[in-house]
Amino acid sequence: MGTLKFTEEHEWIKIEGDTGTVGITTYAQEQLGDVVYVELPAVGKQVEKGKEMAVVESVKAASEVYAPVSGAILAVNDKLTAEPATVNAEPMAGGWFVKIKLSKLAELDGLMDEAAYNKYLKGLH
Amino acid sequence: MSDPNQPLRRTPLHALHVELGAKLVPFAGYDMPVQYPMGILSEHQHTRAAAGLFDVSHMGQVRLTGKGGASVAKALEALVPADIQALTPGQMRYTQFTNEKGGILDDLMVANTGDHLMLVVNASSKEADAAHLHRHLSQSCAIEELSTRALIALQGPKAAEVLGRFAPQCQAMHFMNAAFLTIDGITCYATRSGYTGEDGYEISMPGDAAERLTRRLLAEPEVKPIGLGARDSLRLEAGLCLYGNDIDQTTTPVEAALTWSIGKRRRSEGGFVGADVILRQLKDGAPRRLIGIQPEGRAPVRAHAEIQDRSGRRIGEVTSGGFGPTANGPVAMGYVASASAAPGTDLQVIVRDKALPARVAPLPFVPHRYHRG
Repeated sequence: MGTLKFTEEHEWIKIEGDTGTVGITTYAQEQLGDVVYVELPAVGKQVEKGKEMAVVESVKAASEVYAPVSGAILAVNDKLTAEPATVNAEPMAGGWFVKIKLSKLAELDGLMDEAAYNKYLKGLH
Repeated sequence: MSDPNQPLRRTPLHALHVELGAKLVPFAGYDMPVQYPMGILSEHQHTRAAAGLFDVSHMGQVRLTGKGGASVAKALEALVPADIQALTPGQMRYTQFTNEKGGILDDLMVANTGDHLMLVVNASSKEADAAHLHRHLSQSCAIEELSTRALIALQGPKAAEVLGRFAPQCQAMHFMNAAFLTIDGITCYATRSGYTGEDGYEISMPGDAAERLTRRLLAEPEVKPIGLGARDSLRLEAGLCLYGNDIDQTTTPVEAALTWSIGKRRRSEGGFVGADVILRQLKDGAPRRLIGIQPEGRAPVRAHAEIQDRSGRRIGEVTSGGFGPTANGPVAMGYVASASAAPGTDLQVIVRDKALPARVAPLPFVPHRYHRG
């Protein structure tokens, strides 16, 4: 199963042990529109919470994806390179971006759970 | 330019855009549809495959009529480098308002209706254009801004078939022809033109009839509403300049590769604002030139990215760029030093601090499919 957490920048992270799978939310992909390009980090790269980790580009514009936690990149979703539209079709599943080995588990405390994120989204409108 | 403190203006089709579920954004002072629920990619592809309907009512429509027997065409030629006097009734031409330095104040379409000229100018420049016309032509011409009229574009390979159901005579028009058409009882002024690279029409109509006529066209099975997002990717693939991005007051028509729009007679006679600069560039060449840019990878290259030669020397800047759905990859335009402007020249473009290999590509990226008869 794993625990699902969210950032204010509309990333999600599903935590299993000390590994987190990261993607962008349904709301984020709706705001972006049709995704045409995804730039992923190299496996092994150290990322820092709140810093740029990947880039997602729609027809309209390029947007940064921030690391929701600090750690090392364990794996990236190569499917997004060939089929970037997967981010639109399955943002919360097959459209995941990276897996991170968490270096600071305490960082998870600052993230929202699903109920808090949904409430946060309502506040944006 | 639009003032961020002013409330956004609405076209006569605004309520229809809302009803159709459009995502509305501020554009040139108007609340305009950037996309509909179908999304930019599908809207783009639909326009290339069938027919897309665009609201371009934010653009300026100006009627220019000669006073007391004065030739309106001759008068307008003082401000633009195109051969306007050669336009016969029912013909239209693309041109630019130029400044003293040969730069472009705006680009526009000029049609000869028979007894006056109809101008279509960009939304963001229309107030400045009207002031420019009044300053220079008010002695010889009556200048009327037709601000209550709507303008829609019907674009794509099915456009002629669809419009022909309402006004069969539209099918006899060729690219850049103009005619009065009666559509559903309303007199419209249509031109066989557009800004997508496809066959199609731009149709000027009274604002109060616009929603009804637009609904009639949208009820045809081939027609879908298309927003500004797809309008931009369509025009970029067609290699067409966007005012404010690819052309502005600092770029000349020669630099912008628009020399084809400068009349042959005008090249020998001059007599338009900035003619000294433009005619000299026609003869000796311009220092820089607008080119197509084909990046080698999949990463979109966007406006303001630095263009370098392969040794890393800065030679210019991207002015428009993005993903081309029909080209199925990134496409861009920008200016480079003229020595590097030949198609096939190797370049690199800086995206997120990385140098991406690219080369100069011939324009357009997607062949034009105008109906030239």
